[in-house]
Amino acid sequence: MKPAPFDYARPRNLQEAVELLAARPDEAKILAGGQSLVPMMAFRLATPDVLIDLNGVGELEGVRLEDGALVLGAMARHRDAEDFRGLRDRCALVADAVGLIGHPAIRNRGTVGGSIAHADPAAEWPAVLTALGGSVVAAGPNGSRTIGAGELFDTYFTTTLAADEILAEVHLPLPPAGAGSAFIELARRHGDFALAGAAVVLELDGEIVAEARVVLIGVADRPFRAVTAESFLRGAAATDETLALAAASIGPEIEPMSDVHGSSDYRRHVAGVMLRRALETARSRVTA
Amino acid sequence: MSREPREVVLTVNGRRYSARAEPRTTLADFLRDSLGLTGTHLGCEHGVCGACTVLMDGRSVRACLLFAVQAEGHELTTVEGLAPEDGQLSSLQQAFHEKHALQCGFCTPGFLLSAAELLDLKPHPTEDEVRAWLSGNLCRCTGYQNIVDAVLLASSRREEGAR
Repeated sequence: MKPAPFDYARPRNLQEAVELLAARPDEAKILAGGQSLVPMMAFRLATPDVLIDLNGVGELEGVRLEDGALVLGAMARHRDAEDFRGLRDRCALVADAVGLIGHPAIRNRGTVGGSIAHADPAAEWPAVLTALGGSVVAAGPNGSRTIGAGELFDTYFTTTLAADEILAEVHLPLPPAGAGSAFIELARRHGDFALAGAAVVLELDGEIVAEARVVLIGVADRPFRAVTAESFLRGAAATDETLALAAASIGPEIEPMSDVHGSSDYRRHVAGVMLRRALETARSRVTA
Repeated sequence: MSREPREVVLTVNGRRYSARAEPRTTLADFLRDSLGLTGTHLGCEHGVCGACTVLMDGRSVRACLLFAVQAEGHELTTVEGLAPEDGQLSSLQQAFHEKHALQCGFCTPGFLLSAAELLDLKPHPTEDEVRAWLSGNLCRCTGYQNIVDAVLLASSRREEGAR
């Protein structure tokens, strides 16, 4: 239960961090909040030769609104997002999601960028990024590039970030005012990673669904965008029946893994129930 | 950049400490083994049980998920720092005592620090808020009810600024 020895570096700014990583890209790990990496090191599932600690890189901190997007520094803590004034009014889905992450002590320390780079398919931030059609800025030795949510998540715990790139910033375009959104999940205990869950954004034009974004967690090797459910919803009247049918439509689309916490069939069922509830909640939050 | 022990200077319970730590030494082990502050308990050592919860700059953190070198320059509060002076109890500790909120006591330091943070942020939480806040701390003896009762009792007696 003790991590193996490692070299420790604490860069003062992003440029220095990028240089440190570029020197040993295959041996180094980036340390953000450490709420997933350090347990893995304690179990020696991860034995990095070098840890590059981003705590203290001030330019990666902070949360702000910019041109209708929520922009989070990679080192913004979950707590920073939770405390962001007016977040629930502006986008309930994000506020819901943050409240579901771990426990207070985890949220005080864990980071938005760390969660996304870790890419746990049951985690909240990757699903939020996918549901809002967001993007991340990756910093590397040859400069920065923007990666859209759809191109970022490769498979379990794997992103398309290069070995010498650092996730620096997260952009979440917020839905237009009036849209309803929700994030609902089922976990065995409060704060555990979810068995399954759903993130939903609904825009209505009267009774008709003008736009829908549907993302599921815990059912695939990455956040699962349920395009079938989305196209089912788009253009339909947002009745209970429509929402229930849209939720049911995901059944044949997913093949969740079975594990000690639940069979594949159980997770599929739970995902459908979570999606129906998320759709109903999102609909109830739509304001003219 | 090195894996050799290095000097770590930090403030714990208002007192400045300095000791050497390998980068891989967790803050929890550092507090216990290098500073002799054994009130911080280690249960699972991988961030699940909450026994090692301490406050860093006023915010609760798992001391097993931080390396001591990361606490350099920071201000920590451990269970040893809660009571106003030796032989006394803080109002929260007194409420734990009165409500029988501990049996074996192993998880108690973590619960106290988590609850102290809650009462600092929100002096008068509801029972549901107390339960949700303490969900990151595991107790295997009391069944939680007395712990929740104790936090609510401390809250009811609380005056602004007290811990």
